Amino acid sequence: MPLLAVTDLRTSFHTRHGVVRAVDGVSFSLERGETLGLVGESGSGKSVTCLSLMGLIPQPPGRLEGGTALFDGTDLLHCPPKELRAIRGRRISMIFQDPMTSLNPYLRIGDQLIEPLLIHEKISRKDALARGQTMLEAVGIAEPARRMRQHPHEFSGGMRQRVMIAMALITRPELLIADEPTTALDVTVQAQILELIKRLQRELHMAVIFITHDLAVVAGLCDRVQVMYAGRIVETTDTRTLFRTPLHPYTRALQRSIPALQPKGGGLFTIPGLPPDLTHPPPGCAFAPRCGFATDRCRAETPVLREVAPGHAHACLRAQAGEI
Amino acid sequence: MSDPILQLTNVQTHFPVHSGFIRRRRVGAVKAVDGVTLALRRGEVLGLVGESGCGKSTLARTILQLVPTTGGTVVLEGKNLTTATGTEILRARRDLQMVFQDPFASLNPRLTVGAALAEPLLVHRVCPRAEVPGRVAELMALVGLAPATMRKYPHEFSGGQRQRIAIARALALRPKVIIADEPVSALDVSIQAQILNLLASLVREMNLSLIFIAHDLSVVKHLSDRIAVMYLGKIVELGPAADVIERPLHPYTRALVSAIPVPDPDAERARQRIVLPGDPPSPINPPPGCAFHPRCPYAQEKCKTAVPPLTAADATREVACVRLGEI
Repeated sequence: MPLLAVTDLRTSFHTRHGVVRAVDGVSFSLERGETLGLVGESGSGKSVTCLSLMGLIPQPPGRLEGGTALFDGTDLLHCPPKELRAIRGRRISMIFQDPMTSLNPYLRIGDQLIEPLLIHEKISRKDALARGQTMLEAVGIAEPARRMRQHPHEFSGGMRQRVMIAMALITRPELLIADEPTTALDVTVQAQILELIKRLQRELHMAVIFITHDLAVVAGLCDRVQVMYAGRIVETTDTRTLFRTPLHPYTRALQRSIPALQPKGGGLFTIPGLPPDLTHPPPGCAFAPRCGFATDRCRAETPVLREVAPGHAHACLRAQAGEI
Repeated sequence: MSDPILQLTNVQTHFPVHSGFIRRRRVGAVKAVDGVTLALRRGEVLGLVGESGCGKSTLARTILQLVPTTGGTVVLEGKNLTTATGTEILRARRDLQMVFQDPFASLNPRLTVGAALAEPLLVHRVCPRAEVPGRVAELMALVGLAPATMRKYPHEFSGGQRQRIAIARALALRPKVIIADEPVSALDVSIQAQILNLLASLVREMNLSLIFIAHDLSVVKHLSDRIAVMYLGKIVELGPAADVIERPLHPYTRALVSAIPVPDPDAERARQRIVLPGDPPSPINPPPGCAFHPRCPYAQEKCKTAVPPLTAADATREVACVRLGEI
């Protein structure tokens, strides 16, 4: 049995401008110890997918329209709040994009760090502080005893993200959801944080869902990648296949627009146009208006995610028909 | 080599640090830019790279005289801007314009796009009032926006479109030099490429000289003729773009290049990455000697004492490292 099995997840937001179908029928599963990359542009639904699993979608305006998410047998979307609270922060943890705003500026680092322990485990404050200190050391913060008594403003961005990671992992979760944890950081600090996540994942044998808009980050970190566009998964496969033989035109376009992969001098490859307005998604395939391969059929018929090889599925009508 | 359009000589920008509330006293200075000498050639794209806090944005603001210079000179086409009067600087800004990082913050939400683009034309009185709308329409077409959207407000545009508007505004006065401070880092990958292509074609067609600031080497590599790498207020390496990225000489540049994730699973897992320990040091109390030595894998005793000057490594490259020949 997979650790997490999401089936037909649908989350929408009811706004003045209409209903935004932010996540529109997403299904995937995750094994223990596996790293899954969730890739897409802003607004593709990757963050909303994970926030839905964690029960963190504000309702209203958000609404869970349907689907199930079985985590080790418990449906995260429909279980009683008390049961969800026992899982969230203990067996599933999350790190957010912006380490500057995710920490409480009034509280000492140590007090924030041990909060999950005090909530979820029968542990004395003294023992919790000792575990916190060990955890800070494990994420590579020097002088952890002194650092425990400091406040967030005394930490740099990279160090705050380390604290967030320490806080997320202190309960030894089985699943870590990392929502763009390195996007706000410098490349050199990004390299440090990615190494850290990799090492801790090996040590704790936890599963990771890594959300990013950067395909290059996925290459070194993830076992499997899922590409999202306009609230749907358009392609999913193992990392090597995704880079060697991507099949969906959006994945191909995304890959070709990475500056590092393109020959110097010539113009950069670009995807024309803009992602669709999700209150009024185009009929048929959502990518069709920007796709160089689109035909009339693409603009009328909504493609479904279909497995074309073991473990490799995509949602492109023309590629499924073998036309491209 | 023809004479440079913009010449910086030993430019320093320091910000005072005060302590005390009742009796304020100066206790030190943040040396944001600390002795930068750099020439921008005509028609050249110069990439300026470094981590946040290294002083690259302050350097940009110093060139435009948006912050006062502590020392050194900024010379634009023979005119020293550091000693120029207010009206002279205003005049010089016709030739020297800037594009900022965040297109959500750099456009006035209460001005229509047309009004925002007309403003520089009116302030500098470059053409009769009656011709302004026509010029605005031209500018919009130049950056790939429909002139018909002139009456819309910034919130009606996407991030990429707003950055086009910001570029159009910078081009309104037909400047000779543009400084773009992280113009694509707030944008999505697929939109980044559109803006980079636009900048590249504008530089070519309008014969602009461009200083392109970024923290991401892979973005700069594509556009730049030369790259300057900054660390803690100083330039540590300067040379042709391809050389700096493919054959970095300074240990810091090597680490920067190696930190770029490679979008290839096999290559990424096989390669040896230099992971720098720690964070950049505080520019209030920079370490003695080479500012990079506490994080440098090659640091020796001598790195802790002498500040290495930027010296020629070969015909085209300058590097500030005392162990240059040894590592």
